[in-house]
Amino acid sequence: MATLSLPQSSYIRDNSRTFTEWLKSWLLTVDHKRIAILYLLSINFFFLLGGLAATLVRVELITPQGDLMSSDVYNRAFTLHGVIMVFFFLIPSIPAVLGNFLVPLMIGARDLAFPRLNLLSWYLYMIGGLFALIAAVFGGVDTGWTFYTPFSSTYSNSNVVMTITGAFIMGFSSILTGLNFIVTIHKMRAPGLTWFRLPLFIWANYATSIIQILATPVLGIALLLVVVERLWGVGIYDPALGGDPLLFQHLFWFYSHPAVYIMILPAMGVISELISTFSRKRIFGYEFIAFSSIAIAILGFLVWGHHMFVSSQSVYAGLIFSFITMLVAIPSAIKVFNWTATLYKGSISYRTPMLYALGFIGLFVIGGLTGIFLGVTAVDLHVTDTYFVVAHFHYVMVGGTIMAYLGGIHFWWPKMTGRMYNETWGSIAALIIFVGFNMTFFPQFILGYLGMPRRYHVYPPEFQVLHVMSTAGASILAIGFIVPLIYLGISLRKGRIAGDNPWGATGLEWKTSSPPPTYNFDKTPIVTEEAYAYPPEAAERDAASWRPGSPL
Amino acid sequence: MRDFPLFPDQASTFATQVDQLYFFLVALSLIFAGVLPFVILYLIVRYHRSQKVDRSNPVNSNLKLELTWTIIPLILVMLVFFWGAFLYVQIRTPPMRTLDVYVIGKQWMWHVQHPNGKRENNELHVPIGQPVKLIMTSQDVIHSFYIPAFRVKQDVLPGRYTVMWFQATKPGEYHLFCAEYCGTEHSLMIGRVVALPLADYERWLATPGPVILPDGSIDTGRPTVVASPGDPMAAAGAQLFTNLGCAGCHAMAGGGVGPSLKGLYGATEKLNDGSTVTADENYLRESILNPNAKIVAGYAPVMPSYQGQISEDQLNQLIAYIKSLADTGN
Repeated sequence: MATLSLPQSSYIRDNSRTFTEWLKSWLLTVDHKRIAILYLLSINFFFLLGGLAATLVRVELITPQGDLMSSDVYNRAFTLHGVIMVFFFLIPSIPAVLGNFLVPLMIGARDLAFPRLNLLSWYLYMIGGLFALIAAVFGGVDTGWTFYTPFSSTYSNSNVVMTITGAFIMGFSSILTGLNFIVTIHKMRAPGLTWFRLPLFIWANYATSIIQILATPVLGIALLLVVVERLWGVGIYDPALGGDPLLFQHLFWFYSHPAVYIMILPAMGVISELISTFSRKRIFGYEFIAFSSIAIAILGFLVWGHHMFVSSQSVYAGLIFSFITMLVAIPSAIKVFNWTATLYKGSISYRTPMLYALGFIGLFVIGGLTGIFLGVTAVDLHVTDTYFVVAHFHYVMVGGTIMAYLGGIHFWWPKMTGRMYNETWGSIAALIIFVGFNMTFFPQFILGYLGMPRRYHVYPPEFQVLHVMSTAGASILAIGFIVPLIYLGISLRKGRIAGDNPWGATGLEWKTSSPPPTYNFDKTPIVTEEAYAYPPEAAERDAASWRPGSPL
Repeated sequence: MRDFPLFPDQASTFATQVDQLYFFLVALSLIFAGVLPFVILYLIVRYHRSQKVDRSNPVNSNLKLELTWTIIPLILVMLVFFWGAFLYVQIRTPPMRTLDVYVIGKQWMWHVQHPNGKRENNELHVPIGQPVKLIMTSQDVIHSFYIPAFRVKQDVLPGRYTVMWFQATKPGEYHLFCAEYCGTEHSLMIGRVVALPLADYERWLATPGPVILPDGSIDTGRPTVVASPGDPMAAAGAQLFTNLGCAGCHAMAGGGVGPSLKGLYGATEKLNDGSTVTADENYLRESILNPNAKIVAGYAPVMPSYQGQISEDQLNQLIAYIKSLADTGN
């Protein structure tokens, strides 16, 4: 099956003769695959930067005193961590990298509907990132990634405007990507590829795109108004100027809660692909998983007030938001149960991407269940704004999104690069990340219930043991993130040639060569079957062909 | 275990109730998070590709199964929702008769004034067995008043009052944290809550001490703290009421340019646009700072605004005075 060399022509190769020509061929490309690679590099750069800020935070918290840095530096460190990780890593991660690469391939299209717009999205992302970086270098920003008013609009003496401008510009990148995906999925599916034959990754990205288009403008408006108040003293949020500080929270969370689903929905799409492939089975409950994505996207717009149970929002509003929040648990649970049921009577292999998928389920279950704790009003009063919340959203965002992002990178790496990586190291890294992650964030649930508030630079000494445990876990987690950089880097030169379909997966992206040609498909594929069309005896055959020495 | 606690103190009537719900949620979570991983583990071992087991007739969908795992979680989350909702309403609804304590938050300290005029900074003394209501506002950014041992937290906003109540059950000293990020020294905006038996609390209240004003300065001139039940906060408010000229229009006997304030607090006021409003702390505050926002039926919008002319501290005293005129005052 595996060919001995990479294909003669692919989207990576080109005939540029000089370095400038080569650079131009990348920076002015309109090929969705090349743009995906640009995103991959830039997003991972921001991830390392955000990780660096997290390291500063965790090291400072080893002792209860503020000995490593001043409170102003600490406040800038956690703000930088939050802003970078949320706006420049988590939100674009899976859609911009994997989505960009895979949406056209999975639906048998030549490219996205608007290739130039796609390139513009990347440039907007980079310009936004540049603003955020300049703000960080020239003094930083200390508002937290939530930019709560009137602190951000009136009181903070840091680079609020610059950072907000960065997030504002990046928002347009997000909107344009969403728009591009929606049009592409509607108009450019290969003949025969009906909605219910689409891979679940496409459904998930479709749901995500809807949120990106509808919610991001509200964030843009909210942030713009902060700038207006800050620069010109127009009273919008600051009561001293006649504004309302809660208005900002309403507008901000109207975007930022759905933003959580911008992060997790594509992740769930990735997991559906991985579980099905490595069980050699059609996914269980396809329609239920597909519609649960849409349900999460819609309900996600109606729960922003659950961030504001103690904000002085009315009791009745709190109850309604709590009620709808409970409903979000249902589609999330449906997905987890369907993934589990897919394993039944499958032929399961423990390849690296599958390890990430299984890790995702474990961490997402904990993240989701603690979300119910926070959605229950009476318990939320105690744990909101404590480390309980910090632990919960890291379980969902890191345990969920990053596990799926890494799982997806490992799954489609042979398609993107044409080469395989070292699977032993792959499995080891996945295991290190899983263990390190739990060691970092599980103690924070206990800290939170004890009452340790978040964003504290100095804390009462009785919390130290748990903080030290958390920092120890974070060190392990950091190693887990560095190992893949090494073996994936090595694989680019030395990796075994992967061939078109190293995993024996279904899906159109595996029907073209690895790496795919610029035009994706020689002939427009015609789809005659459903997604994950493993024949009923696929699992049996796979297991029968297993010999000692075959991959586990 | 003092140095390495795993569970917080339970020191208010809410603490045990919130913890019961919390433990129920933990138990519920263990059913899923404790069982599901083992199901997955069993499946991935049993159906690993090296295992020769029956894989015939795989199923790809099953409506009954889907309904089961939709409806059972739905019932369970509704159960915890209603449990939490009833408790939430209780925590957010102060009883009629409470001990009112006024809190002002500012970067980066808490200032507290008790009804008898006693002030304290970054400390809050409360009696046990008594419902205590905190009437809180901020001079600058948003803060949040958080007492983990009582399981209560409430954001403190500039430009309005927020209210939180609790009833302490166990004498002791507990953490007081600011839970909403408020700038440079957010993590130093902490203090302690001292819960005392009622007699000790009253003795503490009557102990003359330095009068610490919200700006941190110490006022040695005025003996604000008195042992008698003379209610100096209200008395200070009455003094202000006269000095600011309020009494000129708000004649207590009625018939003035403005409505009488006797029996106003807690009553339902009819407005000139036909709507009604309950005269709570926030209504009184708005009517002093922005008098034209709500006009009582039968009166003209002629009152000048006191925005910027009185401090939060004085506003609290005025409101304490107006509350002392209520029919069912405490």
